[in-house]
Amino acid sequence: MNISALENTAKEMRREIIKMITAAASGHPGGSLSATDILTVLYFDKMNIRPEDPTWEGRDYFVLSKGHAAPALYAALALRGFFPKEELAGLRKIGSRLQGHPVSTKCPGVDVSTGSLGQGVSVACGIAKGLKIDGKDNRVYTLLGDGECQEGQVWEALMFAAHYKLNNLTVIIDHNHLQIDGNVDDVMATSPLDQKLDAFGFNVLQINGHNLESIATAIDRAKECTHKPTAIIANTIKGRGVSFMENQAGWHGSAPKPEEAEQALQELA
Amino acid sequence: MTKIATRDAYGRTLAELAATDEKLVVLDADLSKSTKTCDFAKVCPERFVNMGIAEQNMITTAAGLATVGKHVFCSSFAIFAAGRAYEQIRNAVAYPGLPVTIAATHAGITVGEDGATHQAIEDIALMRAIPGMTVIAPADALEAEQAVRLLAEYDKPAYLRLGRLAVESVMPEDYQFTIGKGHVLQDGTDAVIFACGLMVQEAMAAARLLADEGVSAAVVNIATIKPLDEELVIKMAKQCGAVVTAEEHNIIGGLGSAVAEVLAENCPVPMQRVGVADRFGQSGKPAELMVEYGLTPEVIAAKVKAAIARK
Repeated sequence: MNISALENTAKEMRREIIKMITAAASGHPGGSLSATDILTVLYFDKMNIRPEDPTWEGRDYFVLSKGHAAPALYAALALRGFFPKEELAGLRKIGSRLQGHPVSTKCPGVDVSTGSLGQGVSVACGIAKGLKIDGKDNRVYTLLGDGECQEGQVWEALMFAAHYKLNNLTVIIDHNHLQIDGNVDDVMATSPLDQKLDAFGFNVLQINGHNLESIATAIDRAKECTHKPTAIIANTIKGRGVSFMENQAGWHGSAPKPEEAEQALQELA
Repeated sequence: MTKIATRDAYGRTLAELAATDEKLVVLDADLSKSTKTCDFAKVCPERFVNMGIAEQNMITTAAGLATVGKHVFCSSFAIFAAGRAYEQIRNAVAYPGLPVTIAATHAGITVGEDGATHQAIEDIALMRAIPGMTVIAPADALEAEQAVRLLAEYDKPAYLRLGRLAVESVMPEDYQFTIGKGHVLQDGTDAVIFACGLMVQEAMAAARLLADEGVSAAVVNIATIKPLDEELVIKMAKQCGAVVTAEEHNIIGGLGSAVAEVLAENCPVPMQRVGVADRFGQSGKPAELMVEYGLTPEVIAAKVKAAIARK
């Protein structure tokens, strides 16, 4: 892997995220920016995908359980060549393929429609189980939020993944510590996530979710685990890369004003 | 006459399909002996997945299996499938249009002794309101078997409503079910009864009572509540001029509502609905509950006469 090329890609994704959310005048910048580096490694290094043939049977699958981070996914898909970059300007606009939350039936490269929190791990489990039934070795990735882990269904799905030994599944938690109403541990503590995931039967890895090499290494280690599903707890910063957005719950679901976007793009230049 | 529950026909048919339909995967949430998916599990354990008592995860996992090309049947009691996992059905299955059949057993009050917590009387309303959802409530074992065979090849989301109680065979031996088509079991001139599920047998009994009094009532089995066979509903309403609906469901939102919607816009005629009168069920023997909740041939016959009187 070429780290500096990936870093440039991550930066470009962040610029696209700011631009599209500003153009839409709505959307979720904070959790999109915290997830950007993880998506960069998946889409530009680790995942086996064919942008020219999005439904290729041999592909690895990705489920964005935290569907509100759609801008990060759309940026990755556009820059990877699934659809023209110009289309990003249509985010959240009527008639656009780029819905506020991703839709499999509209957007090329989106394997699963998401948006209702707590459901992505279950869908990823279904995909992983289906691949196992067919004896296939495609990998399945899902990204969820730490606040999202408050949804009970997440734990139903985690139980399922361990019970059926879905070692083809990698669950990545974007552990940015914030949700709409404030700090996750103030609103409804989900920590200690590592101990909970371990108790649920997962191979648990903790990494810096903004270090591209660490992310890549963790994904490789997940592939080596033969008897358990892997959970990567990626410690991240909500709003990463834009100084005034970092660690601010207020930027969960607010679009920057044009002058704020200008400053953000300067920082990301 | 031998009575067979539609859930028994469901399990048996799944087991028969196991050998030939390699895309078929069946999920259950720890109720396989009751929903009869255990019949499939016995012959095809590699494509049966017990989800434990976790209906929300079951429905959403089904969406994942369908994403990789499986045709999935998932089963629980109607209250937990359509009720507890409603939003998962809506967002994870129906919105992306995945080929998943939610085969819900123990629908309606004839669950019996378990009481109101286990008696779904709102499931048709919930499922019918989801855009693009197909909703089927077979009247007997033959129709249930045919519905299962068709749904195994169906490329859209569907809700299959099955019962706990053994029911009479009401459909003719040469019957062939088609999704979206009703079936005239008995023609008539004075009124038409549209029924689904086990209320078809009650409607047939009502028609016999009415015949003894010189009233000619048609009986139409509307197994597919959505998409509704609007053409047949309008034709029979015009022909008879008085309509009664009969369903083992709340009178709000089910078959009666679906028929009323079509008739109000196309052919308003006097109409009466037979169903659970917007109240919760309770424990009791199924037969006792049918009487308590007014789901009997006598009540249907009385409603037919009331509709005719309003002509």
